[in-house]
Amino acid sequence: MIEFIVFSLLNGLLYGMLLFMLSSGLTLIFSMMGVLNFAHASFYMLGAYFAYQISTWVGFWPALIIAPLLLFIIGAVVERFGLRTVHKYGHVAELLFTVGLAFLIEEAVILIWGRSAPDYRIPDLLDAPLFTLWATNFSMYRGFMLLVAVCMFAALYLVLTRTRIGLIIQAALTHPEGVSALGHNVPGVFMLVFGGGCAMAGLAGVIGGNYFITDPGMARMLGPIVFVVVVVGGMGSLTGAFVASLLLGAIQTFAIGLEYSLSDLFRLLGMSPGFQGGILKDLFRIQIAHTGPILPYLIMVLMLIFRPKGLMGTRET
Amino acid sequence: MSNIPKKHVTNKWWAALAVWGSAILFLALLPIPFRSGFMLSMLSEIGIMIIFALSYNMLLGQGGLLSFGHAVYFGLGGFITMHALNFVNDGVLPLPLEALPLVGGLGGLFFGIVFGYVSTRRAGTPFALISLGIGELIASSSLMLPSFFGGEEGISGDRMAEITLTPFGFGQQIEVYYLIAFWVLVSTGLMYLLTQTPLGRMANAVRDNPERTPFVGYNTHIVRTIQFSLAAFFAGIAGGLFAINYEIVTAEVVGAIPSANVLMMTYIGGTGFFFGPILGAILITLMELMLSNITHAWVLYYGLMFIAMILWAPGGLASLIMMHKPLWQGRVIGGVLKAYAIMAAPVVILFLGCMILIEINYHLSLSIKPEDPMHIFGIEFYAQSIWPWLVSIVLSIGGLIFFLKSRKIVSRAWKTAGNQLKQKDSGS
Repeated sequence: MIEFIVFSLLNGLLYGMLLFMLSSGLTLIFSMMGVLNFAHASFYMLGAYFAYQISTWVGFWPALIIAPLLLFIIGAVVERFGLRTVHKYGHVAELLFTVGLAFLIEEAVILIWGRSAPDYRIPDLLDAPLFTLWATNFSMYRGFMLLVAVCMFAALYLVLTRTRIGLIIQAALTHPEGVSALGHNVPGVFMLVFGGGCAMAGLAGVIGGNYFITDPGMARMLGPIVFVVVVVGGMGSLTGAFVASLLLGAIQTFAIGLEYSLSDLFRLLGMSPGFQGGILKDLFRIQIAHTGPILPYLIMVLMLIFRPKGLMGTRET
Repeated sequence: MSNIPKKHVTNKWWAALAVWGSAILFLALLPIPFRSGFMLSMLSEIGIMIIFALSYNMLLGQGGLLSFGHAVYFGLGGFITMHALNFVNDGVLPLPLEALPLVGGLGGLFFGIVFGYVSTRRAGTPFALISLGIGELIASSSLMLPSFFGGEEGISGDRMAEITLTPFGFGQQIEVYYLIAFWVLVSTGLMYLLTQTPLGRMANAVRDNPERTPFVGYNTHIVRTIQFSLAAFFAGIAGGLFAINYEIVTAEVVGAIPSANVLMMTYIGGTGFFFGPILGAILITLMELMLSNITHAWVLYYGLMFIAMILWAPGGLASLIMMHKPLWQGRVIGGVLKAYAIMAAPVVILFLGCMILIEINYHLSLSIKPEDPMHIFGIEFYAQSIWPWLVSIVLSIGGLIFFLKSRKIVSRAWKTAGNQLKQKDSGS
């Protein structure tokens, strides 16, 4: 039992960190520009594919740097020539633009790399156990992922709190019009933040793509979960996004390991549900492990209905 | 001056009668030229999608609600209709087959009221996210509740029911086509009339200015909820027709892909005019059925079209057409049309270049043996040789340069036409 809890916690932490690498950029973009970037997870996917491609040419380590840089450029271009063009048509057009972009990126990935998953492997150097607990290995690569994530947050934190541009970004998070009125180049900051967010998502793709799986469906799998993190964490709050990421990571990894259902509960209480068929029987047969995929959405919908500010948000979504 | 509006009204009556009359006639006579099985199933599919897209536009176009989960009501309507059909066949439920889509519609209405009430308190991004969340919830739970959704294989039924109102047995596709055509007319008519009711007007008001609507005494939440529920009702009817047409409904129907599809279809057609989604539904369904046989890349073309619409024609096809109405009425459209004819050449060249490039890439990445020759328009060539690449790149770049030049010609023609129109107005 302790083994289950410890490893679920570790895996949940890992998954949560990956979620935060994605959601930190998204929440910055969302709170500053008011645009919920539906293509954010697509940049994560691009990061993984770029890293795969670069690692077949020059190896994994250069890919770790080059892929996020490429995504920074792509993100900045998308903001400058795509989002800024549709901005005049309003928020709905901006949202739809990112939806279309997500659609196109997925198709472009299929166009270039095909439908099947490429063989993107973790580097040999890190393909060894870091430590062994109760006969279960914790691989060195997982440790490396945690390290990269922590380094990224440290860098993000320092940039946001210790640099001039970070202060402007922080101010623009809550008062974009006010910052613009003070004479700062807010569109330029937007471009920077959008590119930066994409680069962070790309970095998550580089280190996550070989740990999980790299395939054309990965963006669609992860995309909605990242929205959940942003909504639950609250608008404009990086701390909120951090807490929500870890929470969701933990919830999902714990849920997968628990194979109990309502009928087990009834059996425990000495009762037996008397349904022979139908929806009620289905409901009683659902194991907690099966609810893993729906729990985040349930949390998001309830959060939006009852507490639109999110856990630590400063204003409503 | 006073008799002008009156005349306008009588004109409108006749025009409306003529439009609806010719629509009925058109749908009734359509199977005469298109009587093959493929054509009839295509027409049926288009009909279903027209209702679905129009119902979506009740949200996006008329209510300003961007939904990412509209297929939930389409799919649930389909499942409920399928269950009702199976009940009818078991002799439990005495309903004629023609009325079964209504059951799907009522199911959609029920879920529309429940989910609409909780999700429409605010529009914009919160609404979009809740609709996305509900869509994902229903799609994920569809595999957990196999007795309603039928698990992996879905639910199937036999549409050749005992009880029918018409002499139709629904064994043939043409009978199903007429059933769908009937529901298309009824739903389209009702949805059009809805836009003319106070509810439809208030939905527009809530879309345009949610802060001010309460001042004239309307609750934005209630208006949105009613609009949402009615949209779900019509989506349910479309889902019911889907169930009858295909005789099978699977969990995929409630998923994210059909939700995104109806959104893109409606947007490409145009959300600002009532007939926009009809155009979108026809065009996209035709593309899907025709192009998906020819090329793997049709989804990419679809996406490119969507992005192009968002960037350059946010009003969709409908507004592109309606933009020309004043020129047409002022009889000054000739110059603009000539400019379009000039523009057509570079557009075709650009399109050909991009298309060849895309097709070569798809051939290399997706076909089983990329070494085999590939065909475009009957021309056989190898994707590995440099010539097709060179040709397509030259075509794309050349097309792009001339396209940019021809855009100036078009804008100049528009300016001239506008001036002519002004002169005519001041002259008369």
